[in-house]
Amino acid sequence: MNVVVCVKQIPDPAAPASLDPVTKTLVRAGKLIMDDSDNYGVEMALQLASGEGDEVTLVSMAPGGETSGLRTGLAMGAAKAILISDDALAGSDALGTAKVLAAAIRRANPDLIVMATESTDGYTGTLPVQVAELLGFPSVTFAKSIAVDGNSVTVERQTEAGYDDVVCPLPAVVTVTAGVVEPRYPSFKGIMAAKNKPVDNLTVADLGIDPSQVGTAGSGQEITDVSEAESRGSGEIVVDEGDGAQRVVTFLEQLKVI
Amino acid sequence: MATDKVWVLAEAGDAGPTAITLELLTEARALAGTVEAVAWGTETASLAGALGEYGATTVYDVGDLGGALPGVPVSSALAALIAGGNAPDAILIPATYDGRDVAGRLSVKLDRPVLTNVTGLVAGADGLSSQHPIFGGSHIVTARFTGPGPAIFVIRAKSFAAEPAGGAAATVVAAPAPDAGASNGAKLVERHVEERSGPKLDEATVVVSGGRGLGEAANYALIEELAKLLHGAAGASRAIVDAGWVPYSHQVGQTGKTVKPTVYVACGISGATQHLVGMKGSKNIIAINKDREAPIFSVADLGIVGDVHKVLPALIEALKAKS
Repeated sequence: MNVVVCVKQIPDPAAPASLDPVTKTLVRAGKLIMDDSDNYGVEMALQLASGEGDEVTLVSMAPGGETSGLRTGLAMGAAKAILISDDALAGSDALGTAKVLAAAIRRANPDLIVMATESTDGYTGTLPVQVAELLGFPSVTFAKSIAVDGNSVTVERQTEAGYDDVVCPLPAVVTVTAGVVEPRYPSFKGIMAAKNKPVDNLTVADLGIDPSQVGTAGSGQEITDVSEAESRGSGEIVVDEGDGAQRVVTFLEQLKVI
Repeated sequence: MATDKVWVLAEAGDAGPTAITLELLTEARALAGTVEAVAWGTETASLAGALGEYGATTVYDVGDLGGALPGVPVSSALAALIAGGNAPDAILIPATYDGRDVAGRLSVKLDRPVLTNVTGLVAGADGLSSQHPIFGGSHIVTARFTGPGPAIFVIRAKSFAAEPAGGAAATVVAAPAPDAGASNGAKLVERHVEERSGPKLDEATVVVSGGRGLGEAANYALIEELAKLLHGAAGASRAIVDAGWVPYSHQVGQTGKTVKPTVYVACGISGATQHLVGMKGSKNIIAINKDREAPIFSVADLGIVGDVHKVLPALIEALKAKS
């Protein structure tokens, strides 16, 4: 079975984020890392594609030929990666990005595509379904668990009230939430091996995509303003001297909650 | 470019339309002269009264989905209505599990982008602009579509207050049901409803949430006990959901639920931007954390700098003694 995992390489979320003052898009300078959310997708894919002849391929779109985040996924055990990097892609919205990823995924001819429910930095949350629609595949979002059975997958899908059992024929797109599996840490051997695993570098032209469909040119949306939100004044901060619980009780009483 | 007609994707809850459906209808009424809803399932006729009361004149009924997940068939019906010449200026979609599926599918079918995580809409001379909180809600981005409509907005819960307008029941009109082919393959086999003792997380007047500061998964029981004593719901930070301590359905924040309770109690939560954006709209915030520098204290009305392992058990005892 061939499983593709879409992986996003993002600025370290622990570092303060900023917006470009001119384009008002997120500044993506500095070293990129694999989005933490993608750890779960990579782990799930590796567990599902653990048989003879099975293979996990990573697909990522990133500026400047960035592969540092991809190496993390390769070190975990993915066999190879496809990277789409092209100056024409700067400023792409989620739909433009989906067009690029869908074209790259087609090349890998997967049985199953696994993605995070949403990225940590942009968190648009529509991209996996946009990719599925572009590929003409069914999709199941918010998977708590995935089991492959011949030509279909059975997914436990998170709902407001609990979860649904969903059966879906392959090929399909499935998105996973964080915490569904315990991602492995790359071993030293894995890290060394990842350095020599193949990364196929592609441009927009390689994928046969019209550059006017992607990047700022293809984006059908723009940011018109960024302003500071009304800040919430902070209240009384006290150090617990054994009276902390009582202070909370008094506060709750004032609010007539108890 | 005036906004004349707005559609709202209406979801059915346990009893009538969901709260966010009514919030979106109320906002749609303020933006446009004509408000219409799109619904699916076998009970649409029973929703028509409430949808009308909140402003919809018509509800397009996609009907029974035959076990399919809503994303594909509902977006196909919307695209067919629009292709038939009945295009709204904007479509307001709830940021729910199914709503996001519909929005993503529709975006590709219409070849139009989507703006998600919307918490406000502003009508201007150039049409509608949307507002999005970023960096944990410290800044608000205003965005708009540059191309032709319809504009697709995916809107977070509790962005608007729901107010009835006293309209007559919406007229139910059958929506087209085009064959979506292979993409419509995902079928619901069985629903599992998990027992919930208290109120829903996003409807509770009190929410008690726990984070990494709890130390280990077993200590989440303290959060659940405190929530129960306060007749509230138990929430969680992303860190402990990622760690597998509690299910995703408990997560409060950017990637989880938005809550605006009367009281929010954050226990052992540092207050990463990811978390703040989902709870800073709460009326009153109590934070308990051992790190005085934790960002959660910048939004707290009452902050206790202390060890949750001491403060929480003492608080639970004090509340038990009172009841």
